[in-house]
Amino acid sequence: MGIEHFLILSAILFSIGLFGALSKSNAVVVLMCIEIMLQGVNIALVAFSRYAALLTGQLFALFVITVAAAEIAVGLAIVIALYRARRVVEVERADMMRE
Amino acid sequence: MGEQVAFWLLSLIAVGSALGVIFLKNIFRAALLLLLVFFCVAGIFILLGADFLAGVQVLIYVGAVGILILMAIMLTREGERGSPFGRFKIPSALISIALLGMLIWAFIKTGWTFPSPPLPEPTTLKVGLSLFSLERGWVLPFEIASLLLLAAIIGTITLIRGKV
Repeated sequence: MGIEHFLILSAILFSIGLFGALSKSNAVVVLMCIEIMLQGVNIALVAFSRYAALLTGQLFALFVITVAAAEIAVGLAIVIALYRARRVVEVERADMMRE
Repeated sequence: MGEQVAFWLLSLIAVGSALGVIFLKNIFRAALLLLLVFFCVAGIFILLGADFLAGVQVLIYVGAVGILILMAIMLTREGERGSPFGRFKIPSALISIALLGMLIWAFIKTGWTFPSPPLPEPTTLKVGLSLFSLERGWVLPFEIASLLLLAAIIGTITLIRGKV
């Protein structure tokens, strides 16, 4: 089991999340795909932490998890506020700043 | 041997359910598959000898983030409209596949010269010690993270509080 296995797994998860975050139109699904991207990042960080025998990668992953928790809470709050105001959750129809 | 079986099983389930999150029509099932992705990543963390992070992953992602997403789906009543693709399906697929190809090419072409990793041992004590050690510690980022969480709590309450 080399480090390449874990890095390629993290790249695959990151790309799947990137594809979903760019292409889906439901804002909740976009946030879910961003979470998948962060999972890929965390796998890469922990893999480097294991193979380089340094704990710094694990600490970074811990902070990534903290920031992701804050991000998903605020993001879902924005989605719910948008749904209350406009009855939409599609990102393409959330364009009231343009009007 | 058992390690490799566990790795391939976990990664196949993780990649498959991550694809399911994107391609399933039912958004509620997509959220449940996302929880499966989180669980598999926790298993990968255990394979990498990061037991504390695996626990944190299950607690925060599967527990808190998963429940948040499920509640947001129920509050926005988007279950019947499904999760359609937007206008940029083909370009974003091209971009993602190009990025994936470049990343995999770079990972394979790089000659990693790490020595074979030592046997995994409990990391909770070491993580705590290096997080809070006086020199080269991470106390200031830790405090900033707690400030960020406080700001997130207040921001969330302000955003979704009704007009009082």
